[in-house]
Amino acid sequence: MKCEVCGKREATVHLTEVINDKVTKLHLCEQCAKAKSEEMQSHFGLTDLLSGLMDLGQAVPGGKIKEGVRVECPVCGMTYHDFQKTGRLGCGKCYETFSGNLSDLLRKIHGSDRHVGKMPFKGKGVIKDQQDIQRLKNELNGLIQAEEFEKAALLRDRIKELEEGLKDRAEES
Amino acid sequence: MKLDDLIYSRSEWLKGEGPRSNIAISTRVRIARNVEGHVYFDRANNKQREGTLKAVASAVAKSKFLKKTLFLKMEDISDLDRRFLVERHLMSQEHMLDTAHKGLVIEEKEIVSAMLNEEDHLRLQVLQSGFNIMEAWRIVDDIDTELGKYLSFDYSNRFGYLTSCPTNTGTGLRASVMLHLSALVMTGQIENVFDAISKLGLTMRGFYGEGTEALGDFFQISNQLALGHSEMDILDNLERIMNKIISSEEATRERLLKRRKQEISDQICRSHGTLKSARIITSSETIRLLSAVRLGADLGLIKDIDMVGINEILLLTQPAHLQKINGREIAPHERDIKRADLIREKLEKD
Repeated sequence: MKCEVCGKREATVHLTEVINDKVTKLHLCEQCAKAKSEEMQSHFGLTDLLSGLMDLGQAVPGGKIKEGVRVECPVCGMTYHDFQKTGRLGCGKCYETFSGNLSDLLRKIHGSDRHVGKMPFKGKGVIKDQQDIQRLKNELNGLIQAEEFEKAALLRDRIKELEEGLKDRAEES
Repeated sequence: MKLDDLIYSRSEWLKGEGPRSNIAISTRVRIARNVEGHVYFDRANNKQREGTLKAVASAVAKSKFLKKTLFLKMEDISDLDRRFLVERHLMSQEHMLDTAHKGLVIEEKEIVSAMLNEEDHLRLQVLQSGFNIMEAWRIVDDIDTELGKYLSFDYSNRFGYLTSCPTNTGTGLRASVMLHLSALVMTGQIENVFDAISKLGLTMRGFYGEGTEALGDFFQISNQLALGHSEMDILDNLERIMNKIISSEEATRERLLKRRKQEISDQICRSHGTLKSARIITSSETIRLLSAVRLGADLGLIKDIDMVGINEILLLTQPAHLQKINGREIAPHERDIKRADLIREKLEKD
């Protein structure tokens, strides 16, 4: 089969495009496929889908960026507008800088904006209490499995205490 | 260990072993991590990129899990080598672009690999033959915990692990299983599978992952959500659903064998025949025909080749592999001839 673009070289790349539910198949040679892929990258991708979920400019309470206000990440200099264009954050600090808008976006993507699960051994974001809670929860599971309910109850109270402390701190900040 | 040593070694992702490997080809679990205080790759300048590469590489060098490894700088190897590594699923297609300051670490058995300075500073992945989600996670988890002692990862109390793309924020976890779903395709049930999994927070991709088309009834299914659920919940959910899909493929295969044995045998044996006699064959035709032969081997309709042999042909007939075997760049048409030669040689031997 010859390439459908140049009509000269053998077609080795077979492309399926879906535009408005219409499926088109293209058979291309390597060179023309390369050109086509560059063209397609400028067309549509994850970034476009993400930007569909972003709602910059609405002056909604909750620490979101207000219309006409230019907020720039102090570490990497990224603005929310830059993020909308690329769909990629510039550094860890961006998450803090745009936290209001990102919370919304993360909820739309994942259905949640609260991490549950593993946490690293060290780093600024790691609060010692959180690590303790995780560790105690693991211990608690062990005690329940071993049917040591009295000890488990004590541990459960301690976890609750730590969790409430964390919650208060989160509310203050 | 050298890059060329990999040519004749059996890649983990196509080894053809492990639990339920008649349907589940391989399992991959990867995590995305960034180093605190370092600007992400796309936004960083050359000096920052080099600094990150050095920091992550030196942490990896200290790892007790990564003693026997190959460290490659993307700009030092040829384009053919890079495509070869993508075909072995050791790195992403994206890692081939913008090669300066990018690195790849491959552990000698090709089970563990790490991309340095891809979209995130560290993308750590574990491949396992067959259906092996929890084992793959256990390995990733151990290495991640160890590396976290040498590097401060970007992490927030609220959002979890921070990543360049918000689709990975939280656990930074993506687990995927490559499945061979011939019977579900033949009976037209695959569309229902697509619909169902997308409602369950999973996604289906083609042969080479993100943005690629499905070839020869091979599908990669992975989790879509990374935030709001613990790693164990995400993996457990994926495992349960995969189990269901695998069982339903198995049941459908048995039903097909009972009710439509002649048609199925015909299709499989014709595919086998074409592979054994073709003189010119493209890579997509190869995958399609091997898919049928693979089904035949599982159903006991083809006896002279096993899963391991079929998977080996799938691996070696990919474009960059063919060129690496021949030790030179080969134009597409000549490649099709070389591919047919290799297939006949392998099938005659078995």
